[in-house]
Amino acid sequence: MNARRLILANIWVSVIAFGVAAAMAVMQALSRANLDLPFRTARMYYMSVTAHGVLMGLVFTTFFIMGLGYAIAERENGEIRWPKLGWIGFWVALAGAAMALGTILTFKSSVLYTFYPPLQAHPLFYIGLTLLVVASWGWCASMIASWRDARRRDPGRSVSLAMHATAANAMLWLLATVGVASEMLFQLIPWSLGLTKTVDPILARTLFWYFGHPLVYFWILPAYTIWYTVLPREAGGKLFSEPLGRMVFTLFLILSTPVGFHHQFQDPGIPASWKLFHTFNTMAISFPSLVTAFTIVASLEVAGRLRGGTGLFGWIRKLPWSDPVVLSVLLAALLFMVGGFGGAVNAAYALNGVVHNTAWIPAHFHLTVGSAAALTFMGACYWLVPRVSGKKLELVPLARVQPWLWFIGMVLFSFTGHITGLMGLPRRIYTTTYGDAAQAKAWETLTGVSAVGGIVLFASAGFFVLVMLFTLLGKEGTETAKIEWAESLSMPPGGYKPGLWDRLGLWFGVAVVLVVIAYAIPLWDLFHLTRYGSPGFKPF
Amino acid sequence: MNVDLYEKIWMYGVAVMLALFFGSTAMAAIGRNIHPPSHVETIDPKTALADPRFAKQGVTRGLDGKVDASVVGMMFVWLPAEATIPADTPVTFRLTSMDVVHGYQIVRTNGQVMVVPGYVSQFTVSLPVGEYLVACNEYCGIGHHTMAGKLHVVPKEQWTPFPEVAK
Repeated sequence: MNARRLILANIWVSVIAFGVAAAMAVMQALSRANLDLPFRTARMYYMSVTAHGVLMGLVFTTFFIMGLGYAIAERENGEIRWPKLGWIGFWVALAGAAMALGTILTFKSSVLYTFYPPLQAHPLFYIGLTLLVVASWGWCASMIASWRDARRRDPGRSVSLAMHATAANAMLWLLATVGVASEMLFQLIPWSLGLTKTVDPILARTLFWYFGHPLVYFWILPAYTIWYTVLPREAGGKLFSEPLGRMVFTLFLILSTPVGFHHQFQDPGIPASWKLFHTFNTMAISFPSLVTAFTIVASLEVAGRLRGGTGLFGWIRKLPWSDPVVLSVLLAALLFMVGGFGGAVNAAYALNGVVHNTAWIPAHFHLTVGSAAALTFMGACYWLVPRVSGKKLELVPLARVQPWLWFIGMVLFSFTGHITGLMGLPRRIYTTTYGDAAQAKAWETLTGVSAVGGIVLFASAGFFVLVMLFTLLGKEGTETAKIEWAESLSMPPGGYKPGLWDRLGLWFGVAVVLVVIAYAIPLWDLFHLTRYGSPGFKPF
Repeated sequence: MNVDLYEKIWMYGVAVMLALFFGSTAMAAIGRNIHPPSHVETIDPKTALADPRFAKQGVTRGLDGKVDASVVGMMFVWLPAEATIPADTPVTFRLTSMDVVHGYQIVRTNGQVMVVPGYVSQFTVSLPVGEYLVACNEYCGIGHHTMAGKLHVVPKEQWTPFPEVAK
């Protein structure tokens, strides 16, 4: 009962944050198409980009992931480890998010969600976000403890893939957040309070991206968890290859963090040799994603054939496209394939200079975090909320249309963004006219198409929020479906025995070693430069 | 661990693809010396405009024929806002910022770099004849979208450095 309330409390915050952030986004898309709207000012635009990024990237995702994790742990062990810690974490995270958001909405922290110094936000912006992160560590502890409980209960048998994935993600998050916590505690908080005069922007950017890239895997791993453990069953089939799934999640734990310099290719102060090393690590991390692509498609084929599909592609039509859960995940996965190719360009050592900080980048991550993660989370809500709350999913017709709208909106918004990015349109700008410069004229039609995409996306977001509100506030149903994981196609009798990939503690150690190799020397070199810090600026 | 045959084939395929990625990146980086701008040099941002390296902003023609451009970014302008460089000639841009982080992006080229206070950024490009918009591509505050400059790239034989910085 208590567990159920904790899960739903996290989902509630997540849904509301999503709704507010989506409303901010539609205005931005219209602004970039140079449409004159009421209340449209540069000050408003940059404030709303900040709010959108923080709410979507840090609040919507973190709360949803915590809620899902608690549900997985509860399914595994019949209880949540340390529910009180869970509640304290919930309230601290909520207070932190509200604090940060308060300073954003009052125009005191228009520093965008990357908050690069020497742009300086209100101290409560940094303190609030730090509280959100620290509170999430309580969730990590609870997840890892739940995973250990499950292992010890039956040492001869692997824990469920969902529990394995969640524990791997919690460990990944612990390792990743060391970067942003250091940036906040040693640089930004004392500096914004006036206790220190200056900060080094390159050190701050390095610590941010130490955190910033594994952050995207913190979003993606719960989505993959749904793809592996929920989608095959909901589609009417079985998971093709569970042991490889374990390997995939463990590989993400190992490889997610020592890659941050591929976000800093254009930064001075970091030698090319270390950027190259991070590039190779980044390429390696596409391996588990490509394995996932095979497993998911193969599992869907199993489902399609079990439902009577024949021929090379006939099984695709037999998939339950009208099921909101399956539909969301299928469309999310389709968009992710395109996003993955774009990501390979971003990470390419010699190509990044063509796309860095152009419209290509937000277009790219709206396919990854904005579709693969967000659209999967929406589908996961349709699946999870009725199972946790015992309530019936309301407004089902809207839930069936919503994923299609997201898909169409994202194609319009994102594909055009990739093209304008290649045409040199910078990201994060209020207008795209540059005093009617000739090169800027060429972007006009495409930014218009992109804005139409923004409107369609907003409609989709609105449908999702409506479905969730009606469901969460609705009456308890009579049928009480439970959380059940997809069966594995090749499950031996008695279940899988724990193998090398199950030893997350060991692999966490390997991940730490890789991080030290990737960051110790460049940081050491940076500390030995004669560095001049920067005072804060608030030009917003 | 039991791995299905098709899955094995797929994984070998992925491994080959990644090997090609590794190989081509290594060839470009090590073999052909193509790197993203990664210059390591620091400068005091408070006195950057008085520093001999950036006291005069503009284009320099060295005695050896090398062309350098020195640019300072500040909210919300590039100094100089307009410059002329020769076409099809490697030009080395050296940049720093007086205040927050900016991004110097020559639109529709791969010539770009983050311009960070306290650091000197450097990159070299060779461009065809044309008129280029120079945008700021790192958010720098309320006037970010107005921070732009022009780069005129003219045929080598018609070129004179503008604004010229004598060596």
